Amino acid sequence: MRLSDYGQIDRGNAVSFRFDGKTYGGFQGDTLASALLANDVRLVARSFKYHRPRGILSAGSEEPNAIVTVGSGVHQDPNVRATVQEIYNGFEANSQNRWPSLKYDLLSVNDLMAPFLSAGFYYKTFMWPRAFWEKLYEPVIRRAAGLGALSGNPNEDTYERAFAHCDVLVIGAGPAGLWAAYQLAQTGLDVILADEDFRMGGRLNSEADQIGGKPAADWAAEIVAKLDQMDNVRLMTRTTVTGAYDGGTYGAVERVSHHMNDRGGDCPLETFWRIHAKRAVLAAGALERTIGYANNDRPGIMQAGAVRSYLHRYGVATGKRVVVFGNNDNAFRTAHDLSAAGVEVAAYVDARADAAIEGNFPIYRGAHVTDTKGRLGLSSVQITDGGRNHSIAADCLAVSGGWNPTVHMTCHMNGRPTWNETIVSFVPTAGSIPGMSVVGSAAGHMSTAACFESAQYIAARVAGDLGKATPSDPLPTAENAAYAIEPLWAVPGKARAWLDYQNDVTVKDIKQAAQENFRSVEHMKRYTTQGMATDQGKNSNVAALALLADTTGRGIPETGTTTFRPPYSPVAIAAMGGEARGMGFAPERFTTAHAVAKEMAAPMIEAGLWYRPSYFPEHGETSWRQSCDREVLMVRENVGVCDVSTLGKIDIQGKDAAKLLDFIYTNMFSTLNIGRVRYGLMLREDGHVMDDGTTARLGETTM
Amino acid sequence: MRIPCPICGERDRREFYYQGDALALNRPDPDAGDAVWNDYIHNRDNPAGVTSDLWHHEAGCSNWLVVTRNTVTHEVLGAELASKVKGEQR
Repeated sequence: MRLSDYGQIDRGNAVSFRFDGKTYGGFQGDTLASALLANDVRLVARSFKYHRPRGILSAGSEEPNAIVTVGSGVHQDPNVRATVQEIYNGFEANSQNRWPSLKYDLLSVNDLMAPFLSAGFYYKTFMWPRAFWEKLYEPVIRRAAGLGALSGNPNEDTYERAFAHCDVLVIGAGPAGLWAAYQLAQTGLDVILADEDFRMGGRLNSEADQIGGKPAADWAAEIVAKLDQMDNVRLMTRTTVTGAYDGGTYGAVERVSHHMNDRGGDCPLETFWRIHAKRAVLAAGALERTIGYANNDRPGIMQAGAVRSYLHRYGVATGKRVVVFGNNDNAFRTAHDLSAAGVEVAAYVDARADAAIEGNFPIYRGAHVTDTKGRLGLSSVQITDGGRNHSIAADCLAVSGGWNPTVHMTCHMNGRPTWNETIVSFVPTAGSIPGMSVVGSAAGHMSTAACFESAQYIAARVAGDLGKATPSDPLPTAENAAYAIEPLWAVPGKARAWLDYQNDVTVKDIKQAAQENFRSVEHMKRYTTQGMATDQGKNSNVAALALLADTTGRGIPETGTTTFRPPYSPVAIAAMGGEARGMGFAPERFTTAHAVAKEMAAPMIEAGLWYRPSYFPEHGETSWRQSCDREVLMVRENVGVCDVSTLGKIDIQGKDAAKLLDFIYTNMFSTLNIGRVRYGLMLREDGHVMDDGTTARLGETTM
Repeated sequence: MRIPCPICGERDRREFYYQGDALALNRPDPDAGDAVWNDYIHNRDNPAGVTSDLWHHEAGCSNWLVVTRNTVTHEVLGAELASKVKGEQR
């Protein structure tokens, strides 16, 4: 439902789009997810394995559920996250992994067979006969468990590769990234500020905060406008920095025209950037995590921070009656903000018995959500509160299990994050990437004021390292709320509780992996497929390894994380390939005699990129052998001409020209007379043949 | 990976062609004997740490360089013209 007084969408620019064949309205500045939620569409997908009905969980690139196919025909683009895809007039998307329709999906029978489909079921079930795996089992499983499909036709979109250089690359344009970039830019350094979103500001666009006495989103827009005016700053929106590589090189993918209805033409769909930076500042923020409890995957169950994003940024109430469940102070914000916007908060459920919170809605302390109901969308929430059970009618459940600093990029060169007890999360380990500093909530700073402070501190050090004076802007005033959190990974219970929504991995699967002795975090991951989907478990990995730690009786730091590898979010292979496909990959090179050779019907042979005639058939000849025999006889008895102009030519001059050739060829060239040509054979120093060629002596010292 | 070419400055490694160990600059005397030649042709160190190799700045100044780098940290420690390195050996 759209709210009139909220949001940064452009209400003057209405947009019409289609989802699963039905037409809806939205605004410029909407993502597909926000526009669907504004139209009260909650069911948008089916899960990978059990075909469970799924809705929108997040408001960012970490989305595991709301995966759709955009467009049709050759432009069909599968597995697009509805939470990052902008809508435009004529935009069309379809749900995937369902048949015949999203509402009535026949393969949801898999869900009833769940007891037989637990972790590693295919390793145990489909063992014999061996030959059946490739021919029968795998094709059937692949058809049943699926993502979207390509059109099957060659891709007609254009992609580009590009290079950029700068003094400092700032990754992420939330409060910390914006402030670091703004401070560094004022010293005159060349700054690139890249953000995966189409609107810079990060969480500032999604909170009710005030910065320096202004609404946070307005403050962010002002800083972005100032940066935009500076010649030494390059702002890159819709650009995800995907990986950190040796020597200060970063990969980044820019979604250039995914948000335009006239894709194609001069504009590439995506550009893959290689950015070289003397220094980098990682301000990638933090990702909210979920909590495990029975049936925690129904459409209408969302991350608490995402509910605030839809409220403040898109002016969308994600429900009419909302329950908020959390284990930290940040979750309470959602209840507070919804209530202030006039949305009914049916209950605020805090796992902490001592949570210091107040509000004009029912508050349950030391309570848990234990189960949910609603077949195609949430209808009620069961909670337990000191032994008493309640059923609360609700169409939206906002959940916060705490926030994980986005440490991914700091681990791309084999670094491992460090466990921080205070915020119950992994934080980056200093010095993991040479030349990269981490600021803001990516470094574990959980208030906006602390984000600004860390950005200021790092900006001063980076400026100093690059020989610039320390920028001296006063810190903007911002909220500095405490972030109290008590660990809660999963609510005890027997029914299935989801962790990895995209790959349908449950709490039970993790425990089973541990019981079957897949106790290493890397083994658990592969046995259960936890974190192996396109979202790479961004909101579930930490809970999964914490549960593994509990089950195996080890601590979380001892259990450790799996390896974070690039890319941070999915990158189309076509974007990395860029122009290097078809003729761009292997251009055709023709000799000046090409047209004549074609006229004589000579079959062509490829020599490198060159096309050379293989032989010249004459009338009546039916096989290559006849032509070749005739040509060979001609050369033996008379004379033949061979066009070798496609071969490289090297001009060797100087008094030792002949001596050099004697050295590199097996035969003698110093005895060659002027005006004569000789064939020679080159060997490597270990005696293997390296190359051959002919050499002409043009003069005493010229070969 | 970035290589600091003494002529062109720091460049992306895609501009360079990798040849192999810089040992090739120390060709033994033709009469050095089988053992020395066998060692020169077939045996290479595989250090975990600092190593030097020959790179050709194919898409740049066309010079041959001796690049010193660390195989563990992937750090590039420096690059010199091969002709200069060879000249100093003489």
